[in-house]
Amino acid sequence: MMKVLVTVKEVAEVEEDFEIEGTGIADRYLEYDLNEWDDYAVEEAVQIAETGDDIEVVSVTIGPERCEETIRMALAKGVDRAIRVWDDALAETDLLDVAAKTRILRAVVEAEEPDLVFTGVQAGDDSFGATGVSLADAVGFEWAAVVNDLDVDAVLDESVARVHRELEGGVDEVTEVDLPAVLTIQTGINEPRYASLRGIRQAQRKEIAEKHLADLGLDAEAVETDVRLTEMYEPESESDATIFEGSAEETAAQLAQVLREKGVGAE
Amino acid sequence: MSSDVLAVTEHRRGGLRDVSYELVTAGRELADEAGGDLHLAVIGGDVEAFAEDVNRKGVDYVHTVDRGEEFNHDVYVRAVEALHAELDPAVVLMPNSVNGLDYAPAVANALDLPLVTDAVAFEWDGALAATREMYNSKVETTVEVDAEAVAVTIRGGEWPGAEGTGDAEIAPFDVEIDEDALGSRVIGFEEAGGGDVDISEADVLVSVGRGIEEEENIELVQELADALDATLSASRPIVDNGWLPKNRQVGQSGKVVTPKVYLAIGISGAVQHVAGMKGSETIVAINTDSNAPIFDIADYGIVGDLFEVVPALIDEFEG
Repeated sequence: MMKVLVTVKEVAEVEEDFEIEGTGIADRYLEYDLNEWDDYAVEEAVQIAETGDDIEVVSVTIGPERCEETIRMALAKGVDRAIRVWDDALAETDLLDVAAKTRILRAVVEAEEPDLVFTGVQAGDDSFGATGVSLADAVGFEWAAVVNDLDVDAVLDESVARVHRELEGGVDEVTEVDLPAVLTIQTGINEPRYASLRGIRQAQRKEIAEKHLADLGLDAEAVETDVRLTEMYEPESESDATIFEGSAEETAAQLAQVLREKGVGAE
Repeated sequence: MSSDVLAVTEHRRGGLRDVSYELVTAGRELADEAGGDLHLAVIGGDVEAFAEDVNRKGVDYVHTVDRGEEFNHDVYVRAVEALHAELDPAVVLMPNSVNGLDYAPAVANALDLPLVTDAVAFEWDGALAATREMYNSKVETTVEVDAEAVAVTIRGGEWPGAEGTGDAEIAPFDVEIDEDALGSRVIGFEEAGGGDVDISEADVLVSVGRGIEEEENIELVQELADALDATLSASRPIVDNGWLPKNRQVGQSGKVVTPKVYLAIGISGAVQHVAGMKGSETIVAINTDSNAPIFDIADYGIVGDLFEVVPALIDEFEG
């Protein structure tokens, strides 16, 4: 028996043109989707589950009811069941505080007792990149950040996570960590599948357990935040580029001239 | 609590990484605003040589922890915890690098410090206010911390590297680490990629990004590269999708390139990509989104549909 817990987050993507209202982007310019990194984390967990009969994959998310559609997609891809944590106390925070998220997820990990926890390296919206490693320290698990390769056989046979960590400059660090462990999963580690029609049908019958803070033994104080977003603005454009104007043919002709002057394409 | 700043330097495979010198600049800035000293930690590797090297203008103390050759997050967390207990600094400053993100969140959790990652600017006025980006650099935000002490990671390349020679006091710092309690072991390193081409050697790069939409469209940019006698490279999503091999990837986790001409086609210019190509002599961007950050560093640009512009450009060179 083995259990993999995958944290997933529904993130907002911003359209090309948008407006800021207060300290956020106006909702009409946002499209919600599963965080790109989490898609790879889900796939990695499902691939492990497919190697044996006795491996359960559970997803956890912190978010309002709107997120259920996104979680269903994870269920359709092979996650067995899901937990959605939400509370009135959370609706009032912007949840930038890693410590607050850590306290919630710690309670879930302590209740579920997984062997492995996968998180995405970061969320595409706020890009904090810290929850996984913070959680690992809080629950006393080992961890590895920015994992782009995992030896599944070693997980199953030796109870060890042998991973590649993707360092800067095209170098991987090869590291071994003991289980239980938290791995933060980098894009490119696998090829996330599309949900099949059968998977989508099955997902309708899978459980999404809604938990309030009290269900996790927490109170509103646990999610009080020391880190607050106080200002949001569009950065001043630093562009001093020469922008070519006109039709595709006209702009291509102007660019071609510049390129030729720089010796590009010369025989 | 003191008003000091503790900055943790970074090294890999025998050399200090550039962000170490940038941490000195950023740390000095904060220490001046808070009215304290700047302490540096050098953990692992050739600590004496590294300590001499980072002893730049503005550094007050360098603490060396002679432990292991390479980065190990368990060692880093314990060492920073022990230094924190000794110095009680207002700010622990760490790099927002791949290794920084492998220990900074654990340090913050262990020391019960609020954490702000990926700061690109900050100021100290009794507490920290940091500037950081959100939504793929589309917006900047101010993040304020309601605490007297904080942990922060800084983005590489945002502060200039410190220069000059400092007169810091350099001293070894003893940390007790139980070898048996280390749950992680670094086995070695592997060079990713390799293969047929070295894009860092090319004079002209035609680089393709997410805007290409489908794998079969890669052919179109390959055709342009051929027409320009250039080499084809790519941004991360193209390589993640398996449309081009890893050795073609430009960016923080790929290759750093400095060609004479870099054509970014359908590349928005995420910070990780820009880190790999901003040193190019001439940068040309073709993108539908006039607000894409790639235009901030481009010398020439076309705001338009690559599926119209690229064929027209091929015609210019082959017609």
